Amino acid sequence: MLELKAVNAFYGKAHVLNNLSFEVGRGKVVALLGRNGAGKTTTMKSIMQMIQPRGGKVTYQGQDITGWAPHRVAKAGLGYVPEERRIFTQLTVLENLEVGRQPAREGCVTWTEDMLFDLFPNLAERRGNRGKALSGGEQQMLTIARTLMGNPALVLLDEPSEGIAPVIVEQMANVILQLKHEGLTVLLSEQNLHFAQAVADSVVIIESGTQKFAGSLTELQENPEIRDAYLSV
Amino acid sequence: MGLFLAQLLTGLANAGALFMVASGLSLIFGVTRIVNFAHGSFYMLGAYVGWTLMQVLPGMVGFWGAILLAGIIVGLIGVIVEICVLRPVYSAPELFQLVATFGVILVIQDLTLMIWGAEDLLGPRAPGLKGIVRIMDEPVPQYDLALIAITPFVAFALWYLITKTRVGILVRAATQDREMVGALGVNQSWLFTGVFFLGCALAGLGGAVQLPKGGADLLMDFNILTSVFVVVVIGGMGSLPGAYLAAVIISVLNVFGVSYMPKSTLVLMFLVMVVVLMFRPFGLFGKEEVAGEHGQVGEPERPIKPAGLPVRLLVAVGLVLLGLIPILGSNFTEVLATDILIFCLFAASLHFMLGMGGLVSFGHAAFFGGGAYVAALFVTYAHTPMELALILAPLGAGLAAVIIGWVCLRSTGVYFAMLTLAFAQLLWSLVFQWGDITGGDDGLVNIWPSAWASSNTVFFYLTLVICAGGILLLRHAAHSPFGYALRAARDSARQAEAMGINTKRIQWVAFAFAGAMAGVAGGLFVFSKGSVFPNELEIARSFDALIVVFLGGVKTLSGGWVGGASFEAVKDYLTRFEYWRLALGLLIIGVVILAPEGIVGSLRKLGERLGVLNTGEDKR
Repeated sequence: MLELKAVNAFYGKAHVLNNLSFEVGRGKVVALLGRNGAGKTTTMKSIMQMIQPRGGKVTYQGQDITGWAPHRVAKAGLGYVPEERRIFTQLTVLENLEVGRQPAREGCVTWTEDMLFDLFPNLAERRGNRGKALSGGEQQMLTIARTLMGNPALVLLDEPSEGIAPVIVEQMANVILQLKHEGLTVLLSEQNLHFAQAVADSVVIIESGTQKFAGSLTELQENPEIRDAYLSV
Repeated sequence: MGLFLAQLLTGLANAGALFMVASGLSLIFGVTRIVNFAHGSFYMLGAYVGWTLMQVLPGMVGFWGAILLAGIIVGLIGVIVEICVLRPVYSAPELFQLVATFGVILVIQDLTLMIWGAEDLLGPRAPGLKGIVRIMDEPVPQYDLALIAITPFVAFALWYLITKTRVGILVRAATQDREMVGALGVNQSWLFTGVFFLGCALAGLGGAVQLPKGGADLLMDFNILTSVFVVVVIGGMGSLPGAYLAAVIISVLNVFGVSYMPKSTLVLMFLVMVVVLMFRPFGLFGKEEVAGEHGQVGEPERPIKPAGLPVRLLVAVGLVLLGLIPILGSNFTEVLATDILIFCLFAASLHFMLGMGGLVSFGHAAFFGGGAYVAALFVTYAHTPMELALILAPLGAGLAAVIIGWVCLRSTGVYFAMLTLAFAQLLWSLVFQWGDITGGDDGLVNIWPSAWASSNTVFFYLTLVICAGGILLLRHAAHSPFGYALRAARDSARQAEAMGINTKRIQWVAFAFAGAMAGVAGGLFVFSKGSVFPNELEIARSFDALIVVFLGGVKTLSGGWVGGASFEAVKDYLTRFEYWRLALGLLIIGVVILAPEGIVGSLRKLGERLGVLNTGEDKR
């Protein structure tokens, strides 16, 4: 469904992604693993075209989306949940959801505010509160909910477990499984291997912008040396 | 009591137009982060377009229809400007766009002059509202009462649009994080264009609605700009209730000021602003700016390096060539070169503060004009000789910068910029209205150099030595530990603080230093011209320096003086033509679009591409 072919990305002159190539199959949850600074967020942004890759190709549902404006990528059905959350702090929870709203998309779940409040009960009671009044976990939920309002076919989840309480991390894992059950495709970036193991079908490991491993979870389990070399467990 | 009430009502009526223009400016800034200097021009266009429509459309319906139509037409003109001028430069470094809007001011000024002529136009009176009402025996125009009644509706409609509709939600979201709004599937270009339409339409509406009270003239654009900036800053950037309250405060204050303190009306407005910002640095209803929350925007700054031998040689050759001007050139070139040199030092001083310090000042003319006036006042009243006056000029300007910097540096970003503008205007109004001492509009005249320097040639050499020395000193400061600390404060204030750098103090010193250097230029200026007038302190003067710094290239060390030299030379040539503003405006817009890194930056890129220059990266 989503395919990266030899994607290269730069910040100024710094080469951040080096010939990254992997695939995310329809209905799958793929975990992009790597340490801090490995290039996970850059990969996400390059897919969204928020950073224009220099060289390489990103295709989505067979369409070459390289060089598109980010809003066009989003309209094509890719939803982006940034790591820093970036909720609109001056807007209420409901207004935050409104920003994410897009028309219904064929073959995808059409999300409503009420469905999202079922998925994230904490947000329901906070619907009138401004974003800045939310806790870190609630903000994380709101970011995901806001992206789901766009009825995406594929969600890019950038480090959803970062900086939130363990009990909410567990809740996040359940949400991701539920989304997968609903037919969503997910590309998830993580440092937390346990979290990835709980939800992912396969993993891609990157280090310094270079791909080190791609395969199923079982294959990773059979190669503990890869895990030890590139992930901090 | 009756008079008091009547004046209050006049103030409230005047607040209407001011509120509309200010809310438009604040809206545009919130979403696009562009300080639209041309906003006053759209206000002026609204008045002219409305006037023409009122000649054509009959009766009461025609009158109000003309006002509405003027708003829509000006909004559409704004859309054209946004699409043709601003869209190509959104990705340029922050604040670069404001240079483009300055180009727009010049173009609109001349186009208005071409279409409607230089004569002031008397606004028609509103059909059905021509009379007066007596309130406690005081006459109050019916139209004033109509305005007082209408403005809250406009304010309410705007408030509803912003708080209750999807468009409003998107606008507010984009004000905080427009990239994220884009990633959620909203086409930012159309959002920007829409906001520009709305903002400009409001300005046009403001211009048309005040026609029966003020008519239309070619000075409207700059005249309203200051008040609008003040209103936006007092109210708080992006706050509609704030803009309304501030517009009322300023308008009422003006009405009362005219009757009770006719000599200090202009000063009053800025004093209020300074007092408000002392206690609420982000305005009455403003929220703290969270600039740079998501790290640095755009490519990282390129480190500056001390000049190598070839550059030093080049500079030496350039100075020798300059020194040959009196021998090779005519008297005219000497005078022109003197002007250019002075302007270069002025521009370089702003460039130091802006480029190295990241302190965007909209009011640098305060120190140029300030230095000029200090010298002129000493010469006029104490018969100070030129040599001493040239030393007192930077001292006076520097002292002013110490005080102004202390207040302004309490805020940051656009508030800082607006505050510096307000102080420059404060100085200007002091000079302008305190005619007994400063000569007011007539300026101070007969200030000539000492006998030994009175020939054009000697004065040129004197200017060359002082200005070249000043520019080299600024350059030296950029490479000193102080310069490093200043750039650290610019790039990451927090980390710099954590390293033990007192960023505020460093910036304060830089502000004062830049002010003093501008004072040097101002002092030289007085003696080169023999006179000084309040327009050396005007907004236009500050803007000249800003344009030059941006056109030269903010991120390059030599941007200031290169920009200064090219701008002043081009201006000297263009002002010989009737519609020079149009030409200059188009030229500025052209440079902004074609060379977004400024003249020096773009030349260097070109040089690197052709392989003439190395890329400045250290080879390891």
